[in-house]
Amino acid sequence: MTDLLNKHSFVELGARQRAKALLDAGTYRELIDPFQRVMSPWLSRQGVVPQADDGVVIAKGSIAGLPVVIAAIEGNFQGGSLGEVGGAKIAGALELAAEDNRSGIPTRAVLLLETGGVRLQEANLGLAAIADIHAAIVDLRQYQPVVGVVAGSVGCFGGMSIAAGLCSYLVVTREARLGLNGPQVIEQEAGLEEYDSRDRPFIWSLTGGEQRFNSNLADRYVADDVAQIQQTVSALLQQGAPHEQRSRRADFYLARLAELDATVQIEPATVRALYQGECP
Amino acid sequence: MRGLQWFNALSAGATPVEGLPDSLKVADGVLGEQAVRFIAVVTDANNRFPRARNGEVGLLEGWGLAKAVDEAIEKGDKRPLIAIVDVPSQAYGRREEALGIHQALAAAADSYARARLAGHPVIALLVGKAMSGAFLAHGYQANRLIALRDPGVMVHAMGKASAARVTLRSVEELEALAASVPPMAYDIDSYASLGLLWETLSVSQIEQPTPDDVVRVSDCLVHAIKDVAQPDLKGRLGATNRAASSHVRQLLREQW
Repeated sequence: MTDLLNKHSFVELGARQRAKALLDAGTYRELIDPFQRVMSPWLSRQGVVPQADDGVVIAKGSIAGLPVVIAAIEGNFQGGSLGEVGGAKIAGALELAAEDNRSGIPTRAVLLLETGGVRLQEANLGLAAIADIHAAIVDLRQYQPVVGVVAGSVGCFGGMSIAAGLCSYLVVTREARLGLNGPQVIEQEAGLEEYDSRDRPFIWSLTGGEQRFNSNLADRYVADDVAQIQQTVSALLQQGAPHEQRSRRADFYLARLAELDATVQIEPATVRALYQGECP
Repeated sequence: MRGLQWFNALSAGATPVEGLPDSLKVADGVLGEQAVRFIAVVTDANNRFPRARNGEVGLLEGWGLAKAVDEAIEKGDKRPLIAIVDVPSQAYGRREEALGIHQALAAAADSYARARLAGHPVIALLVGKAMSGAFLAHGYQANRLIALRDPGVMVHAMGKASAARVTLRSVEELEALAASVPPMAYDIDSYASLGLLWETLSVSQIEQPTPDDVVRVSDCLVHAIKDVAQPDLKGRLGATNRAASSHVRQLLREQW
């Protein structure tokens, strides 16, 4: 009971509160804050009300005394979708963090990923921004860890799931989902029999945080608790680069996929068994 | 089939690279006087993964692209990589999601980005569709993007039917809107207006390139390779229709 009372949900926090909760007390400083009203130039002409921060919060500060920039996506605005402005905020922040490192400042990055991926109202500019984000993660990762957190409740999809796959470390909770394609889109493209987007237990069993962690597609599985997530992120930031980047293990994954019987439809347990061992 | 046709035409006489999934065509050849590696994703009717038989980028393709690019990096000669892009989509399926297609595509993007950072000029040649996650994995990390000018060449985040469903519009409404909002449009001229392309080229027979077409495109690729001076993607910024991307970066720098 004491345990329950002491827990503070991370998932229930908005993007700005999440970023604040991770940074050392008193160090939070937001860049391009909502009062500067840098908004999407594309939404209003399509009848969508824009938001003053375009759904992305960029904050600098420190974690355990280390210089950090956090990019937090607000899942409550347009499903956490990335348009031109929000995408450029994330890409630009990561680019500056890499520049910092080239001038001797060891800035690290944390990405709080609650996103459906590209914002379809800004389609190609969202996609281009996500390519920039991928480029910037790979660049920064040469110097410092980039830690991704998928806490829930939106999950992490589309091009940003690829960004999650590029992170040095990925932290997930039970509320998290991680996948390339949103369930609705798979059902639309491949049919109900392939993927029933309304069957929530089925979706979670394949793409939920627990399954991803048990399949070695995520590095840490944590409770929805502010303190635990803060401590986990802090420890990973201090750990330096991983022994081997998951996205660089082509030989391992090609060998495992070669062993799979792909003629039958897949079960979650098959994935766990196939990807176990030789933890990245 | 365009991807395969252009791969075959450009890589005539090149040495095929073995040991990769059948849905990948990879060969080491020469452009101008420069050793290059050509890479294409093609259809494979016998693909073990049924949802990736029509040229989609799926699990084997993502990890396979990563392997093909990593091998080129290991050669240590910084040879240019030519990604021939004709990818209708990423693979949509249960097996794909369950087995982490996002991670496979991350591997491909990772390898292309590292090649670029290591000093390989990476050039993407768009000869057909360049859709969404498939393009992110194969082409979008290039230093230079070149598109052939043709109605069948298109870049987009999502097919029309799915985009309509997700945005709660009819396909007709979506098309009408797309025509008036450049980043939403499906045609290559609207895409070009975003400043992301280095060059667009017209050819006489895009489905089955003539010798003249091949010379023209090869020349353009050689120029693109020579034009690469920096390992980053800054060359894509600056268009009026992408002004906010520059403005945001400037503000971040001022407030950093």
